[in-house]
Formats: sequence, C-alpha cells, structure tokens
Amino acid sequence: MTLDFTFLSWQVLSSFVLKGLAFSVQLTLIAMVGGVVLGTVLALMRLSGKRWLVLPASAYVNTLRSIPLVMVILWFFLLMPMLTGRPMGAELSAIITFTVFEAAYYSEIMRAGIQSVPRGQVFAGYAVGMTYGQTMQLIVLPQAFRNMLPVLMTQTIILFQDTSLVYAIGAYDLLKGFEVAGKNFNRPVETYLVATVVYFLICFSLSMLVRRLQKKIAIIR
Amino acid sequence: MSTWDWQVFCKDTISGEVQPRCFGQGGDITYLDWMFSAWGWTLSVAVLALVVALVVGSLMGIFRTTPSRVLVAIGDIWTELFRNIPLLVQVFLWYHVLPALVPVLKNVPSFILVVLALGFFTSARIAEQVRAGIQSLPKGQRYAGLAMGLTLAQTYRYVLLPMAFRIVIPPLTSESMNIIKNSAVAFAVSIAELTMFAMQAQEETSRGIEVYLAVTGLYFISAFAINRIALAIEHRVQVPGMLGGH
Repeated sequence: MTLDFTFLSWQVLSSFVLKGLAFSVQLTLIAMVGGVVLGTVLALMRLSGKRWLVLPASAYVNTLRSIPLVMVILWFFLLMPMLTGRPMGAELSAIITFTVFEAAYYSEIMRAGIQSVPRGQVFAGYAVGMTYGQTMQLIVLPQAFRNMLPVLMTQTIILFQDTSLVYAIGAYDLLKGFEVAGKNFNRPVETYLVATVVYFLICFSLSMLVRRLQKKIAIIR
Repeated sequence: MSTWDWQVFCKDTISGEVQPRCFGQGGDITYLDWMFSAWGWTLSVAVLALVVALVVGSLMGIFRTTPSRVLVAIGDIWTELFRNIPLLVQVFLWYHVLPALVPVLKNVPSFILVVLALGFFTSARIAEQVRAGIQSLPKGQRYAGLAMGLTLAQTYRYVLLPMAFRIVIPPLTSESMNIIKNSAVAFAVSIAELTMFAMQAQEETSRGIEVYLAVTGLYFISAFAINRIALAIEHRVQVPGMLGGH
C-alpha cells in the first residue's frame, strides 16, 4: 500500500489530536504532582518506624505495584461510581486512578531519596531545636527531592507513556485522538505512524533533558 | 452494595446456567474454564516475550559495550527507539501498521505480533541492565582476557558475561515480573488473555468485583511464581565469596 499523509492538515490535527494531547499532558501533570505529594507522605510513613503507619503504607505500595496498571484503571472505573453513587466520566476516573497508582511508584523513589540523606543531617536539625516536621520539611526533603530529581523525571516520562492505557476505559487521550482521526479519514496506518513519531519525539526529548539535568546535579554534588 | 456471588464462575458462558461441577462439559465452557484458558494466554504471551526480550536485550546490551562504534550505535538506537514509545502504541504498530506495510506479516497470528511487541519493548530495558552489568566489572577483566590472547568474543564468553549476567539477575527479576503485568496490554488487540477476560466477563455477568478480584489474584500468583523461580536461579548460580553470596 502507499502511504498518504496529505489529509493530516492543521485543521484535522487541531480538531482531533490537540484535545487528546491536552488531556494526556493534563493527566501526566496532575498525577505527577499528586503522586509525588502522596508518595512523599507514604515514604515518610514507611520510614517512621511506627507499625501502625508502616504496615498500611507498605500494603498500599506493594499491592499497587504488583497489579497491572490496566487492571487498576478498570478497578477504579468499576468501583468509583459505586462509592460516589453516580456515574463518573472516564477522564476524571483516569485522573484519580493515575494519581493513586503513581503515588506507589513515586513513594519508592522518595524513600530511596530520603535514605540517601546522611543521618547527621537529621541529628543536626534536632540539635538546633527543630521539631520532626521542621527537620523533614526544611532539611531532609529538599535534599532528598534534589537527589532524586532525575529519577522522578524518568518516572514521569514512564507515566506519560502509560497514560495511553486509558484506552481501556475509552478516555480521550493523545492516542485516542489519532485513532479517531484515522477512523474518520479511513487512514489508520498513517495516523498510528504519526502517533508513534509524536510519542517518540516527546519522550526522547524529555529523556535527553533528564540526562542533562543528571550531569548538572552530578557536578554540584 | 450487593452481596458476593461467586457462583458466577460456575455459569455457562452461553446459557448462563450454573453448572453442577463448575467446569463445563461436552464442549460447553463456564467462566471458570474461560478464566483458566485466559491465564494460559497471559502466561504464554509473557513467557515467550521474556525469551525474546532476554535474547535480543542481551545482544543489544553487549553491542553497547563493544569497541565497535557501529555496534554501539545500533545498540543505542535500538534502546532509545523501543524505550521511548509507549507499549500500547508499539502493540498497535505491530498489529495495525506493520502488516499493512509488510504483506508477509498479514499471515502472522496476532498472538505472535503481541509477543514480538512486548518482547522488543522489554528488550530495551534489558539491554540497559546488561550494559550496566558489563560496565560495572573492573576494566582490568577485559584487558586481562585480551592480554591472555583470547579473542574479543572469547573474552565476552568466558570472562565478562559469566560475571555480568549474575550481577544483573536482580534487575532482570523485576523486569520478568513487569512483563507479566505488561502482558495485560494484549487485550487491546483482542488476545483472549486475563484482562480481556476480565473486561468481557464483567460486561456479560455484571459481577465485576468477583471477576476482577479473581483476575487480580491470578496476576499476583503469576508474578510471585516468577519471583520465586528467579530467586532460585539466583541462589543456584551465585559466585562464592561475592557480596550477597554465602
């Protein structure tokens, strides 16, 4: 067969694809911010040394990390309407799912980050009269966050790639946008190819950025 | 919320009647039969993809550590290409795009296409682990091998790889568990695996919670089994005197 990309005008792209891209980016950003915050709380719980905090946090992280993301997406799509008592759109369901799911992965990264901070830093915080909260907030977490920035970014690239899995519940993301355009013009092969290139360019340039960041941070340390 | 109804698994998939022995008879199947067959598909996709990923990933990882610039470039491009495209998009690429461009692939069953997609996707990650494993060895090992008069291939075969592979077993274990989880995307091209079963059985029976719980449990068991097997291998091939050894 011969490939024909001429139908992909700016008009077509902006009416089908742009909406999907906007949702994919929105989903990535919300899940990243929410996931890092929730993940940090989970990491602090796991490192607290108190059983009643460690056990639930470990259970949360280990459970979510051993279920396929597609199944988690399906689970939430099924359960959320039961809990709230009214139907929930695929997009909102996806945002909640990804925030909750990514928190498990970000928490493992933050845990490693917190553990990479020398113990003396905590003692120093206590020695100058800081509380636990202040020590964490002002001394440990900023350092942990900076040490782990490249890893957090890499996880975010994976998160962006994984947003395509909302296909399972039919949410309108970047991939769906290309798919709909392909169906409308009966050119699925071309649109899937362009989708591949777009995903690659976004993820590749982001990972190049992470690599540069890594070098910069390595020099400072 | 409604009460549990685990009998759903004993129902015939066509008539909806509860079968007395829970497994279908004489060609009819129950949801339980269907689920076990779906589990079989999940395991087949995952295990075959793992074989592809290990072979291709090791090769590409080795390429990236050779002195040859061409081989390094091939390995680098391979890794970047397959790592930076979402798995689902890669699956669609194999299923919708490649057969249209390469007519020979039209006769290949979609099961094989998914195995290749998942295998190549994972090979990029394995290549990264294998490269890191080889590069973590002291440089002197390579020079010692070459100084003894071994060829480059022999140096890899007898000096570098035996150590490097043992070092990368733990990260490879987690990749093997990932491949079980990632095999779930095969639902998108209608492979009758667990996630596909979950979606369809949920729709047909409206007993989503029971169905999803059972499927999630099977994913747990599969990943756990892989983990145990990998641990057993790790213990078996341990080099005495190394950290982590006895």
